[in-house]
Amino acid sequence: MKFGVIRFPGSCDEVDAQLAAERVGEAVILWHADHDLQGVDAVVIPGGFSYGDYLRVGAIARFAPVMEEVASFARAGGLVLGICNGFQVLCEAGLLPGALLPNTSLRFVFRQVELEVVSADSAFTRACVEGERLSIPVKHTSGRFYAPSEELARLESAGQVLLRYAPGENPNGSLNDIAGVRNQAGNVFGLMPHPEHAVDPLIGSVDGLKIFESIRAQVGEPAPV
Amino acid sequence: MASPLPSSGPADKHRELGLTDAEYELILQRLGREPGDTELAMLSLMWSEHCAYKHSRKVLRRLPTEGPSVLMGPGENAGVVDVGGGLGVAFKVESHNHPSAVEPFQGAATGVGGILRDVFAVGARPIAVLDSLRFGEPALSARSRYLLDRAVGGIGHYGNSIGVPTVGGEIYFEPSYEQNCLVNAMCLGLAPHERLIRSAAAGPGNVLVLLGALTGRDGIGGASVLASAELGEGDEAKRPSVQIGDPFSEKKLLECCLELLDRELLVSLQDLGAAGLTSSSSEMASKGGVGLDIDCSAVPLREAGMEPFEIMVSESQERMLCVVEPERVAEVIAVCERWETLASVIGIVNDSGRLRVLDADGVAAADLPVGILVDDCPLYDLEPVAPESPSVVYPGGVAATVLGGAESPADTLLALLRSPNLASRRPVFEQYDPVVQSRTVRRPAEADAAVLALPTGEAIAVSIDGNGRRVACDPRLGAAEAVFECAANLACVGAIPLGVTNCLNFGNPEKPHVAWQLVEAVEGLASACEALDVPVVGGNVSLYNEAPAGPIFPTPVIGMVGRLPDPARAGRLGFAHERDAIALVGWFAPSPAGSELAKLRGEELAGPLPPIDERAIRGAHETVRELVRSGALHNAHDIAEGGIAVAIAECCIAGGLGATVRLPDGLLDPFAEAPGRAFVVSGPESVFAGGPGVAGGPGPSRGVAGGPGPGRGVAGGSTAALDGVQVIGRVGGDELELEGRLKVAVSELQNAHEHGLLEFL
Amino acid sequence: MRARVLVKPKAGILDPQGQAVERALPALGFTGVRNVHVGRMIELDVEDPARLPEMCERLLTNPLIEDYEIVEAA
Repeated sequence: MKFGVIRFPGSCDEVDAQLAAERVGEAVILWHADHDLQGVDAVVIPGGFSYGDYLRVGAIARFAPVMEEVASFARAGGLVLGICNGFQVLCEAGLLPGALLPNTSLRFVFRQVELEVVSADSAFTRACVEGERLSIPVKHTSGRFYAPSEELARLESAGQVLLRYAPGENPNGSLNDIAGVRNQAGNVFGLMPHPEHAVDPLIGSVDGLKIFESIRAQVGEPAPV
Repeated sequence: MASPLPSSGPADKHRELGLTDAEYELILQRLGREPGDTELAMLSLMWSEHCAYKHSRKVLRRLPTEGPSVLMGPGENAGVVDVGGGLGVAFKVESHNHPSAVEPFQGAATGVGGILRDVFAVGARPIAVLDSLRFGEPALSARSRYLLDRAVGGIGHYGNSIGVPTVGGEIYFEPSYEQNCLVNAMCLGLAPHERLIRSAAAGPGNVLVLLGALTGRDGIGGASVLASAELGEGDEAKRPSVQIGDPFSEKKLLECCLELLDRELLVSLQDLGAAGLTSSSSEMASKGGVGLDIDCSAVPLREAGMEPFEIMVSESQERMLCVVEPERVAEVIAVCERWETLASVIGIVNDSGRLRVLDADGVAAADLPVGILVDDCPLYDLEPVAPESPSVVYPGGVAATVLGGAESPADTLLALLRSPNLASRRPVFEQYDPVVQSRTVRRPAEADAAVLALPTGEAIAVSIDGNGRRVACDPRLGAAEAVFECAANLACVGAIPLGVTNCLNFGNPEKPHVAWQLVEAVEGLASACEALDVPVVGGNVSLYNEAPAGPIFPTPVIGMVGRLPDPARAGRLGFAHERDAIALVGWFAPSPAGSELAKLRGEELAGPLPPIDERAIRGAHETVRELVRSGALHNAHDIAEGGIAVAIAECCIAGGLGATVRLPDGLLDPFAEAPGRAFVVSGPESVFAGGPGVAGGPGPSRGVAGGPGPGRGVAGGSTAALDGVQVIGRVGGDELELEGRLKVAVSELQNAHEHGLLEFL
Repeated sequence: MRARVLVKPKAGILDPQGQAVERALPALGFTGVRNVHVGRMIELDVEDPARLPEMCERLLTNPLIEDYEIVEAA
């Protein structure tokens, strides 16, 4: 399968995401100013500080030309994964519910955190087991997930919360310890932790690989031998 | 905003710009006329300490700068060493002390931005940042807590936003830094040999292209007003000249420059730092032996009505200057447009040997021989005089007494672990991204040095170190210790040193005792580098770090880069396995002089520091390095601040495991210090029994601890056969016990260590 | 027209910046301060002020988490 990783001005983790995706398939970089997704099977919107995070995190990137294509791709059921800044962009673009507010500490935080898989019944977590713990780093200044209470209740009851920070691990004050949510249709997923930084035993844990493996399985490709 | 050009009579202009009467006379003589205002502004900056190194250049000649792995040495934007596989690692440390004292967030942020530009100016992609910070006592000073908080915030803001990991650093607190904090930033970059580029302008007819941000009135007078004068009362008035950093612009500029180099579109490249266009253009011209005509009206401005002198000395950030062949300009501009980076042709290279600055009407606002700007500033001889005992008076005196001296060894250990200088740096490094770019094999607090994987399958290691307190006790030995400690940190991960960069932070060199400190410290650095066969490939000097009450501690900061063959075997800090044997490696005869314990007890700074036995140190480093590389060890940690007790406690804390240790007979004070010389390591007992091919190299000829003598097999009934290695205990349990001295739960050690700094942030 | 868009966190949303300022003021002797909120101000010259609300809804603010107010600058 082929992943496409978007590069905005100010993206930082796009090459990391490309390297991670290449562990389970092909991966190409997609330029923000192009109207072309190059026929990819899944889109990754990577971490970083698109457009400097100026105005509001993710607020300007959502209007990039490539995002119009991403929106049509998502409407047609294509898989879209937003990591950190990518999650913020997807929320701003209305492709995911909620918003990401400044951490309660008001500080950037880097930390290897424990996550709990709330549901393995999704395109992005099907390689996991429900209740499984994943060790994946977070690094952000605005990662506090927020949705108005009725919306939050709806997300929870619809099973859209796929990942939670394990008890005592919430690094940012997210409501309900939410670390990652999917859209109603189940083909768009955003998370604050960085699975692409947990794919190589030399550099940290390998738990993040399961997110990429899930996507590959969803697309219907067998694991490489 | 105060006008940088004086309103007083012409006779005083040069003085207000920081030139002495003698220097001004020299300018008149060389020029054969009075300089115009723009020329005088340019000359005063180029002749400032910051640009001309006029008080340090002669001393710096003592440093060894050559070695087999050096690809670029001092004089370029950054030094570069070969790391094999056709790759070079560029690195440099630079100070941003005075701007950070005025506005810590922006000062620290632009310090990082500046050192990043130095590295990509040679064609290397920045892959890591480290920082060395010094502040006043956080327990006593709200201002120091503020500076710490904001400087750390600024470093994180810039490094995190631009996607370069911050992988290491150090912070110390001493009263002498209360009014003069130190913010030194180091950057490493990676480049294929063929992308490395120098800064010499060449080829008359080629054009000068300015890349990046608009030019505003930022930092006008920064280099001469901020960087070369002592800070005192009324610093508020200096705020308008603070530069503001924009990491988003720099990120685009960085990607743009690397693409321009990959496409081989540039003849040369140089960053704009202190003294802005003046310094970058004149240095490019000087290195290439050419002249330049610069058209001020072609420089894109952020503010209307800027005068030529303002344009020439502006320190607006996120700009680079390059030389391009005329037929490639269109291609250069196309690449820049793709990266949303401004590119403007602002001048032309000629063979005049002069730097001409033309205003909007084509009238020359400045017309100077390049040599007068770059080469003619007089270099001064220092007049060093050793201070009489008791030593130099530092602002703030000795730190407040925390320990009376009657405490139990256990309480003493906990007080040291909790002290701001030794407590966990987690509250700081959690504000930095250490993993972006997917190279970081050892993150902060995982090992003594950061380890970064290379595409060749090998890795590099990097460490930054400096202990002003010990240099204040003995500048020569203290400076040498900093070099050995960096090398010891590298040995702990299995790396051999390749090159050194340094930042010399000192007081006013025109004062004889400060001159003496500088000369002695450079001698110590040079001899330690020679002992390790490691060249100094670049660096920076920051002088005049003085408050009215006196200078800062003399603070040479050393950054060292090394290489290791197998990142999977890179050493770790924490104890890892129950029942592992703990060994002491190296000749270890520490002294309480200048130690952290002496500080907590409120003792005066006084020597003598323990002597340095270069052969023994090399042997110990080699033994540890080879053991780590063989994969035999489960942990390795050098013994530095707080002595052997703190070193072992740190291994317990990092690994969450206890230990039982009997200190060698000769070692009476578990908190005495001798940094850079010895190590605590652990592994299976059989590792330390020696045998062919285990240690890989000869150890020191002397015994291990307490001075000369065989000193083997003291504890645990071991008959250690490795030279210079002595088994002293065993990993296990949930307590640290130093037999006959102390017994403390590991959880208690962790608690003290975790909270010591947290309360100030 | 020169307009100012004043943006602040929506009522009821946790505003740690506002709280930090509210805690800091009494420490400096400024008592009797409540309901501190920290937002941002966007100043712009516009030819057609009638389009300002649309600009706010689409780009300048996130209506899910922010309230805004448009004022005419002197």
